[in-house]
Amino acid sequence: MEDILLLQAIERYLDGTMLPAEKAYFEQLRKNTPEIDQMVVEHNMFLHQMDMFAVNKNLRNSLHEVHTRLVEKGDVYEGGEISTKGKVVQLYNKYKRVTAIAASVGGAIALAMSIMVAVLSPAPKKEDLQELSKKVYVLEGKLNEDINSKPSKRPEGATLKSGGTGFLIDAKGYILTNAHVLKGSTYVNVTSNKGDAYNAKIAFVDVQKDLAILKIEDDDYKAFKSLPYSISKSDIRLGEEVFTLGYPRNDITYSKGDISAKTGYNGDTSSFQIQIPANPGNSGGPLLNKNGEVVGVLSTREIEAEGVTFAIKSKNIHRLIDQLKDSDADMPKINMPQHSNLKGMDREAQINKIQDCVYMVQAFNRK
Amino acid sequence: MKTELNEQLLLKGLAGNDTKAIETIYKDNFNMVQAFIINNNGSYDDARDIFQEAMIALYEKAQSESFVLTCKINTYVYSICRRLWLKRLQQLGRFSNQIDNFEETVAVEDDLEIHEKRNAEFAIMDRALNSLGEPCKSLLEGYYLKKMDMQKLAKDFGYTNADNAKNQKYKCLMRLKKLFFAQYNIGE
Repeated sequence: MEDILLLQAIERYLDGTMLPAEKAYFEQLRKNTPEIDQMVVEHNMFLHQMDMFAVNKNLRNSLHEVHTRLVEKGDVYEGGEISTKGKVVQLYNKYKRVTAIAASVGGAIALAMSIMVAVLSPAPKKEDLQELSKKVYVLEGKLNEDINSKPSKRPEGATLKSGGTGFLIDAKGYILTNAHVLKGSTYVNVTSNKGDAYNAKIAFVDVQKDLAILKIEDDDYKAFKSLPYSISKSDIRLGEEVFTLGYPRNDITYSKGDISAKTGYNGDTSSFQIQIPANPGNSGGPLLNKNGEVVGVLSTREIEAEGVTFAIKSKNIHRLIDQLKDSDADMPKINMPQHSNLKGMDREAQINKIQDCVYMVQAFNRK
Repeated sequence: MKTELNEQLLLKGLAGNDTKAIETIYKDNFNMVQAFIINNNGSYDDARDIFQEAMIALYEKAQSESFVLTCKINTYVYSICRRLWLKRLQQLGRFSNQIDNFEETVAVEDDLEIHEKRNAEFAIMDRALNSLGEPCKSLLEGYYLKKMDMQKLAKDFGYTNADNAKNQKYKCLMRLKKLFFAQYNIGE
């Protein structure tokens, strides 16, 4: 029992849990009693020995674990007897670093390439694009002299916000135009090439696609029997000749060009590029091919480059109509023309038939 | 310069029991040692034993405060393994005098001597612990090796309170010390 008490004291002395007074007393005891002093030294050494023993044991264990792990990974090969994972896994583990490096090198090259392409290609910046809707200042002057000679449908106290072009997609009076033409407006007026103005309401706007549908709501409007052109569902072809009618000025204006790229600004796949002279006011105008099929809707042009214009693919019109069918049950069904009556006609005859279906769109904002 | 720095970091990790460092050193050096031992009449098991022994020697060296590794890790590990394996072959009487020696070696005799002395001490401790019998062995292992809390140990072993367990632990410790020093002093 004595020995145990002594051992306990020694241990407490060694691990420093003794109180100062107790410690002083014990140190005095050590000094005076060589046997106790010897015991302290011996015990200290023994504890140290046990510590090292524990560390050694743990290290041996972890070495063993590491070894097993490496064998499983396939980094260590021992004739296959300890291997617990399949060959494929081993191979995967063995080469995953190489694969990862190869992949990242590939990724880096791809990235570098695309950066180079982006830097080197003459891609215009977004601010280089101009929407082709007519700004007020373009219109305001001429509006008074020309259009006002006809009975004006301009709402009282409203100011003109912007203008553009639109074309019928359903003889009942549905007109397609660009959403940006209507930006922020509350009232819309459409004017035919003969100068007849009609009130219209905004039936649907899809800002994402930059398309909008207007509905003529005017007693003066007499619906067509049918529309001469059709809305194409097929892909556009590079180099295809196209033409458009629009209202960059107050008279309907014809211009023609060729499809110069199958994608639009910055590789946008929903639009394409045309080499065509276009001006503010052409926005929303139909782009037709020689068969009289609408292949796109003129929307924007590049400011820096002359004649580089972008149009929204006509497929998007079909998508818009489908979308409309799904979302709004109250909306009367829009029947888009399926067949073009313009095939084989010369351009003047085509224009003659089309021009009645192309309207000037004017968007007003009530004061 | 970079590898040197890397090796210093690895050794620091090893000294601090960092598993990642241990695994890296293991992976980088094992295959070389294994090839050496297999080519010189050894088995996969021999290779593992010898290599792990060398890792422990490296660990002990990395632990000492005055430690400076004057060569690359793989040279040191290879030297230790080669020395250990030669010794093992001699003991087994399999020594064929034709040891393949392609690798550079450094003198590791002194380090190995210290390592072996330590191993001998650990063997004595192991024997002493094993001849204690239960519950003394587990109690002491729990307290001194696994550094478990006395309260928890008392509960695990079913002592009514920590003080009783402590008393028992001291009794066991006295027996262990007696066993250990009996062997230890003979060894010296």
